[in-house]
Amino acid sequence: MSAPRPPRALTGAWLALLALLGLTVTLAYQPLGALNGPLAFTIATIKALVVGIVFMELRQRRPLAIAAAAVGVCWLFVLLWLASTDFTRRTIIHADVRLATSDIRARP
Amino acid sequence: MRESFPAAQFVDTRQQTEAAEFGIWIFLSTEILFFGGLFLLYSAYRYNFPIGFSAAARRTDIVIGTSNTAILLTSSFAVAWAVAAVAEGQRRLVTLLLGAAVLLGVAFLGLKGLEYSKEFREHLVPGIDFAFPDPHAAGSELFFIFYFIATSLHAVHVIIGIIALAIMAWRVERGDLTARYHNPLMVTGLYWHFVDVIWIFLFALIYLPGRSGP
Repeated sequence: MSAPRPPRALTGAWLALLALLGLTVTLAYQPLGALNGPLAFTIATIKALVVGIVFMELRQRRPLAIAAAAVGVCWLFVLLWLASTDFTRRTIIHADVRLATSDIRARP
Repeated sequence: MRESFPAAQFVDTRQQTEAAEFGIWIFLSTEILFFGGLFLLYSAYRYNFPIGFSAAARRTDIVIGTSNTAILLTSSFAVAWAVAAVAEGQRRLVTLLLGAAVLLGVAFLGLKGLEYSKEFREHLVPGIDFAFPDPHAAGSELFFIFYFIATSLHAVHVIIGIIALAIMAWRVERGDLTARYHNPLMVTGLYWHFVDVIWIFLFALIYLPGRSGP
């Protein structure tokens, strides 16, 4: 009996994931300035897609299962997007409040 | 006891498999939002304390972090292979692969414990013993609060996954799960891969920032 072999797609995905892991660690040490963060996130997203499409077999799931998976990701983006409108503007709002307060105090 | 397949409430085996598949994906969607709250916390604090976050991230152990990522990716590969093999009725191989995935999960937890003890010795545990020689210590402390909450919650998921995989290995060995009926293994596999996906993002958020800095 020959030794069992994994499906080729699984082996390919596993090797690609390990290669992407090596790539993201190597890139993290390169002085790329503001690009380091987005690159790490992009590679993480590609790795997650490989796991999702190949290991979790999203490529052959029914549309209903794909929709259920997509909904979670969609709501996550809505959460991050709406909340970011707060914390990315908060310093400016604080500055405006301080300015407004000082204006009121300055009034005769 | 072997379950009847299809169960009484389903019209046929296909409907039962589809229901199991749909159910786990709905559950995983809620899990995305469970971890999503943590990702939001991370985004907000990293936005406000970028230097403190980078300084703190540099103090994490990149060797353990990278090794643990490789370990989880490999365990996912083993589980995906097991799911493919059970459909072909290769019972012995499936048990071996699930056993390997369990051992890799335990190795992940062992390394995580080693990392925690190292961080404790280095005074990096907020609330218990935290000392950070940096002018941006406030941001660094927030980073480590996120780090311990996120990684411990993830570790709880890994522990649940290990137990579930061990039960699946036992059920395959007993002959409960076969080429014809293996929905529980398919569902457990999806959960394990999800735990892997969460770690992929945690790895990028925790171990990689600030590495190219001074």
